[in-house]
Amino acid sequence: MWHLITAPVLLPFLTALLIMLPPVHYSPMRRRWLSMISSAIQLVLVVILLLQVQQQGLIHYAVGNWQAPFGIILVADTLSVVMVCLTSFLALGAICYGSAGEDEKGSFFHPLFQFLLMGINGAFLTGDLFNLFVFFEVLLIASYGLLIHAGGKNKTKAAVHYVVLNLTGSAIFLFSLAVLYGTLGTLNITDMAVKVAALPAEDLMLVKAGGLMLMIVFALKAAVLPLQFWLPATYSSASAPVAALFAVMTKIGVYALLRVYSTIFGENAGPLAGMASDWLLPAGLATIALGAVGALASPDFRKLVANLVLVSVGTLVSLVALQTELSAAAALYYTVHSTLVTAALFLVADLIANQRGKAGDRLVSGRRVSQPILLGFIFMVGALTVAGLPPFSGFVGKLMILQSAVEPVSRILLWSLILLSSLMVIVALSRAGSTLFWRVSGTESGGGKAPPLQVFAVIWLLLASPLLTVFAGPLTTLSQQAAAQLYDTTTSRNSILGQYPVQESKP
Amino acid sequence: METLFACCIGFLTACGVFLMLRGRTFPVVLGLTMLSYAVNLFLFSSGRLTLRGAAVLGTTEQYADPLPQALVLTAIVIGFAMTAFLVILAIRARADLGNDHVDGKLPESELSKKESR
Repeated sequence: MWHLITAPVLLPFLTALLIMLPPVHYSPMRRRWLSMISSAIQLVLVVILLLQVQQQGLIHYAVGNWQAPFGIILVADTLSVVMVCLTSFLALGAICYGSAGEDEKGSFFHPLFQFLLMGINGAFLTGDLFNLFVFFEVLLIASYGLLIHAGGKNKTKAAVHYVVLNLTGSAIFLFSLAVLYGTLGTLNITDMAVKVAALPAEDLMLVKAGGLMLMIVFALKAAVLPLQFWLPATYSSASAPVAALFAVMTKIGVYALLRVYSTIFGENAGPLAGMASDWLLPAGLATIALGAVGALASPDFRKLVANLVLVSVGTLVSLVALQTELSAAAALYYTVHSTLVTAALFLVADLIANQRGKAGDRLVSGRRVSQPILLGFIFMVGALTVAGLPPFSGFVGKLMILQSAVEPVSRILLWSLILLSSLMVIVALSRAGSTLFWRVSGTESGGGKAPPLQVFAVIWLLLASPLLTVFAGPLTTLSQQAAAQLYDTTTSRNSILGQYPVQESKP
Repeated sequence: METLFACCIGFLTACGVFLMLRGRTFPVVLGLTMLSYAVNLFLFSSGRLTLRGAAVLGTTEQYADPLPQALVLTAIVIGFAMTAFLVILAIRARADLGNDHVDGKLPESELSKKESR
């Protein structure tokens, strides 16, 4: 059981290799089944891992038995394992959806999907900044392949922008890692926190520059305001199951921001404590506003959902900037909720587009959908959830967020922006819904019925919303525990670096 | 040595950024390659520049930090793969979109030139 923490990384990796080998590779059904079964197993394993972390507290695993701070370690605390659980849950839904036919529109859908999962899980579990870079690259190169899956002009155009931007981001990431390694002499996140706390004054500005460059990289991944222009085009042009899984990729940026700025540059960092908040709070709030306006202005439903992703990213980044335990707990709950619901909405957009003939998901009058009751119900649940109306999980999430803003200034800003943006999202969604379902011409529907597997996948993702509400009590406790563990740097330091005395920083 | 090294990295970065801001995909690819060279050199220098220092303990008086070397190696491999992918993607974009501009369409000025011809 000690090696269980490596399972979320190794299992997708081995599955991807197996899918590419002859007995499986030549049969579409075998590829699908293997992919689905593997992600179901992964979901079970990470839930076991979560229970283990609940019992034993933080677990760390030295890869190749090279102990921290010298080797690479994997760290499983409640926060990272909850994120991995979320990814596995989402991946299962997305793979089911893709297996209904979307995967055969191009080659290597399932292997790339599994490699993407490996990268995402690795990025959540790693305890080393350079290893984080490596996992970022693993997930990025898989996402490049998935983005142009099924081909087409729009996808190629979006992919060029996405790839160039992310390569630039990787270059900046490496610059900042070099600065931080040159001054701190380590890349282990926990060890860096120790070194930053005892930083000599002459290195202060260098570390600050390195830390802020890191913020640029993570903000690019998360799509925060000045760096968000790639997101709507990329997410709306990707095929539906890919866009659904991409919904968790922005959250990796948010997770990395939370991890780095609350551990390395947290309370103990002396003059560097909370250095990112001054930048992140305005950027996050502006992202909320921009996302809400973008949602109102979207010409098609997929762009609208992509803008909803922006709203959720802005909310999360503002919460990260607040840097309190309460806000981190609210952020974790909201991450789970918003990722699942936006992913589900991407799938719903595809279902609707498939049934409206030529009009697709554009917000113009078109043919009627062939399953108005089913799709209408799914759309309504998704819309109510994402807008944050009771009784669905968005309401609980927004309530936690509003409660977590304690200081007067942040409270005024956050409350007004979140409530206003919710209103704008409701307006945008009701406009979209009435156009898609009611402004119909003719009596013929534009396509056949949705395959049962796709309907199952959407319901699987949307089911999380009522569950998140029903089990809101235990889940808020869980996210509060995760936040407490995140800010309890002493315990994590003792458990990870326990055997080694704290060394002087490098001359 | 440090000054020369720093100037080299600075020059490479400047060239890279300039090329990346061009409108066609080929200069952008070249710019990214330049930038990744600059990054690799910079990463290497984070272990300090030492002359005649082995990365193995006990063989010389002075020794070099082996970790940045390992990091650079990883970064080179990843950068190489990414550049290869980007080149293929740029060719694909040229075929799909009918031109080699990053935005997928010719800018206004070139369009009018083409029409007047």
